[in-house]
Amino acid sequence: MDTILDISGLGKTYQSAGKTLTVLDNINFSVEAGSTNAIVGPSGSGKTTLLGLCAGLDRSTTGTVTLSGISLGELSEDKRAQVRNQYVGFIFQNFQLLPTLTALENVMVPLELRGEKNIRARSLDLLDKVGLADRGHHYPAQLSGGEQQRVSLARAFSNQPKILFADEPTGNLDAETSEKVVKLIFDLNREAGTTLVLVTHDLELASKTQRILRIKGGKLVSDDKTNA
Amino acid sequence: MAELPFNKRKTSVRWLFEMAWRDSRKSRSRLFLFVSSIIFGIAALVAIYTFGFNLKKDIDAQAATLIGADMAVHSGKLPDAKTQKFLDSLGDRRSQERSFASMVYFPKSQNTRLAQVKALQGQFPYYGKLETIPENAGTDFRNGKKALVDQTLMLQYNAKVGDSIKVGYVTFLIEGTLTKAPGQAGIASGIAPMVYIPMQYLEQTGLMQKGSRINYTFYYKYDHAIDMAKLTKSLDPKMEKLELGYETIETRKQNTGRAFANLTDFLALVGFIALLLGCVGVASAIHIYVREKIASIAIMRCLGVKAYEAFLIYLIQIIGIGLIGSIAGAALGTIVQHLLPVVFKDFLPLSVTTDISWAAVGQGVILGITISVLFALLPLIAIRRISPLNTLRMSYENINLLRDPFRWLVYAVILAFIAVFTHSQIDGWQACTFFTIGIVVAYYILVGIARLLMYLTRLFIKSSWSYVWRQGFANLYRPNNQTIVLVVSIGLSAAFICTLLFTQGILIKQVSLSSSGNQANMILFDIQVKQKDALAALTRKEHLPVLEQVPVISVRIDKFKGKNEAETKKDSSMNHSMWLFSNEFRVTYRDSLTPNERIIDGEWIGKAPAGSDIPVSVEDRFAKGMKLKIGDKLTFNVQGTPVNAHVASTREVNWNRMQTNFIFVFPKGVLDDAPQFYAFATHVPSKQASALYQQHVVRAFPNVSMIDLGFILSVLEELMDKVGGIIRFMAMFSIVTAIVVLIASVRISKYQRIQESVLLRTMGASRRQIFAITTIEYLFLGGLSAFTGILIALAGSWLLAKYNFQVPFTADPTQPLLLFLTIVVLTIVIGLLNSRGTLNKPPLEVLRRDV
Repeated sequence: MDTILDISGLGKTYQSAGKTLTVLDNINFSVEAGSTNAIVGPSGSGKTTLLGLCAGLDRSTTGTVTLSGISLGELSEDKRAQVRNQYVGFIFQNFQLLPTLTALENVMVPLELRGEKNIRARSLDLLDKVGLADRGHHYPAQLSGGEQQRVSLARAFSNQPKILFADEPTGNLDAETSEKVVKLIFDLNREAGTTLVLVTHDLELASKTQRILRIKGGKLVSDDKTNA
Repeated sequence: MAELPFNKRKTSVRWLFEMAWRDSRKSRSRLFLFVSSIIFGIAALVAIYTFGFNLKKDIDAQAATLIGADMAVHSGKLPDAKTQKFLDSLGDRRSQERSFASMVYFPKSQNTRLAQVKALQGQFPYYGKLETIPENAGTDFRNGKKALVDQTLMLQYNAKVGDSIKVGYVTFLIEGTLTKAPGQAGIASGIAPMVYIPMQYLEQTGLMQKGSRINYTFYYKYDHAIDMAKLTKSLDPKMEKLELGYETIETRKQNTGRAFANLTDFLALVGFIALLLGCVGVASAIHIYVREKIASIAIMRCLGVKAYEAFLIYLIQIIGIGLIGSIAGAALGTIVQHLLPVVFKDFLPLSVTTDISWAAVGQGVILGITISVLFALLPLIAIRRISPLNTLRMSYENINLLRDPFRWLVYAVILAFIAVFTHSQIDGWQACTFFTIGIVVAYYILVGIARLLMYLTRLFIKSSWSYVWRQGFANLYRPNNQTIVLVVSIGLSAAFICTLLFTQGILIKQVSLSSSGNQANMILFDIQVKQKDALAALTRKEHLPVLEQVPVISVRIDKFKGKNEAETKKDSSMNHSMWLFSNEFRVTYRDSLTPNERIIDGEWIGKAPAGSDIPVSVEDRFAKGMKLKIGDKLTFNVQGTPVNAHVASTREVNWNRMQTNFIFVFPKGVLDDAPQFYAFATHVPSKQASALYQQHVVRAFPNVSMIDLGFILSVLEELMDKVGGIIRFMAMFSIVTAIVVLIASVRISKYQRIQESVLLRTMGASRRQIFAITTIEYLFLGGLSAFTGILIALAGSWLLAKYNFQVPFTADPTQPLLLFLTIVVLTIVIGLLNSRGTLNKPPLEVLRRDV
């Protein structure tokens, strides 16, 4: 299988009150295209920082991130934005929908940015897939948490990403809703053949992926395959 | 830079507009509130511009009635035979006017007053008319011993048509009330009310004395078409030689246009200050708006929106809302301009129309958009730096929107814009630089004071205070506080009004002080030599002191620094002194200095030495202006006789005192026998004594004119009231802007504070406690702003008093106190009105609706 994401010697430090704070230290791993992966670890272990760097939301202090053959460290923020738009889908713990856009418009944005055609029909189709075809004209504030996360899912898949990054996708949902959302993520992922990288502290969710990377104190401490 | 394995995405302008529209959905009313701060500034400018355009158009249309003839020729002296021959060669129809200041006396009410007497001969005006009540009085008064009396005088002394008025030794029948003369603005009649008399009676009045200051004007009407520009060009050398000045319809048009262009430019600057105040509000509001949009911008960036695209989305919003605000401002300005001819009526020599000026509207709209975008740019440029990482963790980055290096470029562009705009309103880069620097300095003083007060407040708060007090005070300096923007906008407006009040007070006080104690408060002039002793006796008989008896001689300058007029004209370095040759100077002679004079340079010589070179003393400021030095030669023309002199000394003169002061003082022994008249100074203890004294003097010596301090004060007060009225009208736009900024800021802080207020209520805070916290916050915010503004006004007025008016600074505390209380109450009321949503509704309802 091809490698979609390659992380090599990745490190991230911050200056805080005159001191250097190491959040990530020499992380190395690669992700195969079409695989499902979980990054787990306790709070403050650096997993969200790692996700941000993998997705090109930030620059690393040391090491490289290569996404679909593109070395992100060499790109400007605007070029990284273009990479995100072409290759990456996002799901966030707090959904991160644009509050002034309707559900349908939120799903349309990545496609509009790409200047594609039949945007409305395709977005409605995606909303249908997540069971929200009739809620397209609603604003995020008019939707429940589970519905918002489903809109977020539809948006994440709208640009047919090669890789999907999910940050605690069920963190703000109740158990029943979480189950439905998780099922949707994995179903859509399988259907689209997308690579999934999710950050969670929920080991049950992590166990649904093919691989679990454990991170602690900014270091990768284990890399295990599961039976999923 | 690495090439991406896919095509570079092009920015879709349509999509940017679509996103700007979508994103603004829930913020449009707030965005409009932000931009409403500029509405009144734009309204002020559009109103002034429209007024200016209409005025220019009306001056062009009514120019002939402003001058009343095709040409008016002026002379400061009685024309000699040669000049008269030249004057008689001009025009097809001729009129002439002699005007001078003189006391007039109303026998019925026994009142006297200094007036501008105009003796008229001929059918002037040829264009327009002397507007009178009754209507035909303007022509009928010329047929007998009749006069037209200014309506100000008629009203003041309760005179009626058919009453009589005494001018000099002649009593005239009042034929009509003069309401308007060609080219005369209403204010002029308040200062020097006019009395028209037929010229054939001028001689009999006895006011045509040698040495009297009389202006001679000759009006001409051409009955055939004539190229006036060509004619005046050919007449120019002759006129110059004969020391005549002239005006034509065209020159009057230009001069009036220029004078009012200066006025409207000045007022546009006052309007511009209101606009700048509003812009401070816009910048502050957009800063907060962008802060609230960080999450949305981060999401967009996450989805692939480029930095400049995010910036453009919000720029489009600002342009759109700036356009709406500017159009609203322009519409309001177009309505307000209908008031301007009323506000300016006393200063206008013509009637002004109130047509809509699309040019003014266009200028206002473009200016509004430009300036709202410029000031919004400061917070907007920070959008480029909002990282997509904020979607994961807001705390990952310390987002400081004011740390962008591009902000210096924006500051430079704003400064350049202010300078260029100012330059378009006032001539000369120096004045424009002063204005721009003044604006920046005033802004930073206010910001500095606001910061200092915030710092002091922080120190001042004690942990032992109750929560309500601590919270109320702390709101002044906590993050996202409105202290600076309100102190700047309200403070500047308060400073504006207060400086106006203080300056008005200082000027009135200056005049009042000048005659305190036993100093002179009445000057009598045009006293003939033979009347001198009799008048002194009459004065003493009234138990009044004769404080000064000063001889006054009219002289002209023939040679300046040894050069005559023609030679001076050729010397380009002496162009500034050309006016001296056409001017008539009043000089005196004496053997000593007065207590108000001090020698600055050279030597005071009180007695003329033998020889023909006379040592004169020159007033210091005049000498500096004319670059006159000790020893410079001057040749005076003392009513036909040349007198050679040199500058022996320069004197500092205290002009603030009510007394006769002179630029040139001759030593005794030179002018003693020259034709002269006398000026007296006396001190009258009361208004009643003054009125009685004036009556007695005018009856016994009708040719003698008087100026008393009460008269000067009343003229000054009237003038200050009228000028102050216009400035107050323009300042009103700044005040309303400040109120709008206040409302906008309070509304914004409401959005910021709503969560914590709701949280406090959720935790059990009573309505009363929230009410108290809000009241305390706005009490100190209003108090702080008003106090800062008044402080600046005090400092500014003190500087004006010390360096400009050179009088001790005193201020009546009532008005600033009233202003302070008004601002504080207004701030609290607006603050509370805007917070009532959180006070009256259940917390959950507020949370669902607003958050």
